[in-house]
Amino acid sequence: MKKFLLPLALFLGLLVFLAVGLQRDPREIPSPLIGQPAPAFRLPTLEGGQTFGPEDLRGKVWLLNVWATWCVACREEHPVLVAFAQKNSVPIVGLSYKEIQPQDEAAKFEPSRKLQVARERSVVWLQRHGNPYVTSVMDLDGRVGIQYGVYGVPETYVIDQQGVIRYKRVGVVTPELLANKIGPLVAELNRS
Amino acid sequence: MTAELGHFALIVGMVVALLQGVLPLWGTFSRAGATRQALMALARPAAYLQCALVTLSFAALATAFLSNDFSVAYVAQHSNSMLPKPYQFAAVWGGHEGSLLLWVLLLSVWTLAVGLFSRSLPLEMVARVIGVMGLVSVGFLLFILTTSNPFERLLPAASDGRDLNPLLQDPGLVIHPPMLYMGYVGMAVAFAFAVAALLGGRLDAAWARWSRPWTVIAWMFLTFGIGLGSWWAYYELGWGGWWFWDPVENASLMPWLVATALIHSLMVTEKRGGFKAWTVLLAIAAFSLSLLGTFLVRSGVLTSVHAFASDPKRGVFILIFLAVVVGTSLTLFAWRAPRATLGGSFAWISRESFLLANSVLLVVATAAVLLGTIYPLIIDALNLGKLSVGPPYFNAVFVPLLVPVLFLMVPGSVARWREAHMSEVLHKLRWPGALALVIAGGALAWGGSHSVGTFLGVALGSWVALGTAQLVIERLRKPGRIGASFWGQHVAHFGMAVVVLGITGVGSYQVERDVRMRVDDQVTIAPYTFILRRFDEVPGPNYKAVRADVEVQRDGRFVEVLQPEKRRYFSSAMPMTEAAIDSGWLRDLYVSLGEPLDDARTEWSMRVYYKPFVPWLWAGVLLMVLGGLLAAADRRYRR
Repeated sequence: MKKFLLPLALFLGLLVFLAVGLQRDPREIPSPLIGQPAPAFRLPTLEGGQTFGPEDLRGKVWLLNVWATWCVACREEHPVLVAFAQKNSVPIVGLSYKEIQPQDEAAKFEPSRKLQVARERSVVWLQRHGNPYVTSVMDLDGRVGIQYGVYGVPETYVIDQQGVIRYKRVGVVTPELLANKIGPLVAELNRS
Repeated sequence: MTAELGHFALIVGMVVALLQGVLPLWGTFSRAGATRQALMALARPAAYLQCALVTLSFAALATAFLSNDFSVAYVAQHSNSMLPKPYQFAAVWGGHEGSLLLWVLLLSVWTLAVGLFSRSLPLEMVARVIGVMGLVSVGFLLFILTTSNPFERLLPAASDGRDLNPLLQDPGLVIHPPMLYMGYVGMAVAFAFAVAALLGGRLDAAWARWSRPWTVIAWMFLTFGIGLGSWWAYYELGWGGWWFWDPVENASLMPWLVATALIHSLMVTEKRGGFKAWTVLLAIAAFSLSLLGTFLVRSGVLTSVHAFASDPKRGVFILIFLAVVVGTSLTLFAWRAPRATLGGSFAWISRESFLLANSVLLVVATAAVLLGTIYPLIIDALNLGKLSVGPPYFNAVFVPLLVPVLFLMVPGSVARWREAHMSEVLHKLRWPGALALVIAGGALAWGGSHSVGTFLGVALGSWVALGTAQLVIERLRKPGRIGASFWGQHVAHFGMAVVVLGITGVGSYQVERDVRMRVDDQVTIAPYTFILRRFDEVPGPNYKAVRADVEVQRDGRFVEVLQPEKRRYFSSAMPMTEAAIDSGWLRDLYVSLGEPLDDARTEWSMRVYYKPFVPWLWAGVLLMVLGGLLAAADRRYRR
């Protein structure tokens, strides 16, 4: 009799792991950058005329959101960010990542013209889908993305008052994630 | 209105499935009499009605796709007015909701088939089998209706759809999911027969004979579905690989391994009355692994190229469903299986022993794949960090387990039932054995390789092929009609040998060149020379493509022009690679376009591959499918 119970026992063990696994998110990839200072950069902004770098927001808790107009998942994420930005005072900075893709027509243009095309495209996209960003910077060649270890677009970072990365999300930010993880983390950082 | 009609039909279908699941089973438990007969007799009509309703629902969804009804959210997400019609139809199962509807449709079609082709079975058995399938169907229909309704409206309607994922816009992918699902769902029939046998306490040869053809057909579809998926990955993903040990591929391989063990174990149960408990367990395991595969794909617990947008609610539902189905059937197994009688005794050297050894090895191989697939989950659950298990693990564990399986296939086919003599088996197999070693040695000499893997692969492949050939020749010399199942067995075994030779050949002798090329550049993989002639812009119905003309020469003589493409679909930012492949008997020439390397797009990265023996992989799979078809078509199952 006992040996006939073995398959059931094995299955129940497996079930426990599956149930626990369901609570976890395989997209939460630990980043070596967590707890490290956010890599410095200075990039032109979308609006033009100015530049932006992380030290401009020293003393504040802010979010860095990697996006692009070609990113399909960003369209899903965007309304969530817009709603979050309306309700909260946490500044969200956009990092427009490799807006001009190698296969684009515009990839043949000279750099200044490329930047102009990328800006035009991004402004139109933000007008259509809403703009949650205090500012958005243009990472056309993707060098800043490499420093931040960007896996894919979209990605979101929480950066604290000292300019240290506290959290990284690969993939779409969901309302649940904002409510249960990012929101509480930001509130806690703001208290300290 | 079509969408509402489809939704309504699905709800009514769920109610009918519930009746189909409960009433006939209730009948089998009640006391003999007219009521009992009437309740059991409900099984068939309920199954037919359920099939009609689910078909209606599926047709409604297909109509919404073909008429570009973008007021249905699911259609708006997975179709587009510019999408060619055949793909609009295939888009029905291009996403999560629709693929589940396809699952249920196929399940109801299998149930219909069981109802129609079970005239010779006792009504009690039919009532149990159809009842169990009804309960499985209830679970899936509830899942669709509560978490994944494909008929949800989108208000206001979208002006156009978001289009089908370009990766899925391919003939291979149009038929891959239905074939694979036919296999998965077919395992539900084997499962239902096993549970019915446990419920009735009739674990006997008759049960094995009834479930054999169903199991073989399900195995055949599963084989075909996996083969198609592999073929698609090979030519569509553009990196020339045919198996990646992706969690979802593993999810289809695991039921296949167990089903392979099952069809052999069923044979022993039918012919010798042995392995009853083991066979029942395999039948439960094959379907459980199909369900587990569904859980892994649909819940998003693992990252995979196949991952659909995941929703934790769905994961919880499938997990509970899995717990109920597998938990109940394994409890039933623990309760009823100890009563099964032992079959005829057999000696250490006998067909039974060889079959049992291979059965156990296949189950161990399945466990190894399962462990590798869910290991990241276990480690994460124990808070030991995040990791992923890659091909090196699977190759290191899986391949050594398959070596004895392949080796034992031949003596397993040769040895007598009950008791065989080693000397007799060895004597019979001396020529295939010797020849296989000679061929393997020759392959090493020809390829200039000293790899143990190559030697083993060629030796085992030839061993199985030659051993099979010898058995067929011997049989042909004897008088008497040869049954279809004899051909089925040997064609399938020969197909397996061809697959093994194909895998070994491509693994050992392929040449891969990743190069930068401009127009008129050339790359040589002896004896072929590939010359990049030109680039063209070509328009497609819903994409634009860059096409390269690559001229292939052999020893300076023109062979043909290969035209790989890089497509950019209007709906998506991801460029798609269309590899150009020239297939011969012994090799594929494979060219795919990588990325442009400069702004002017005159220089591109290109993959130029020489892939020997890849066509053997597909040919071997087709032979296995044919073997399954022949085995299932044997006359004795139609009595």
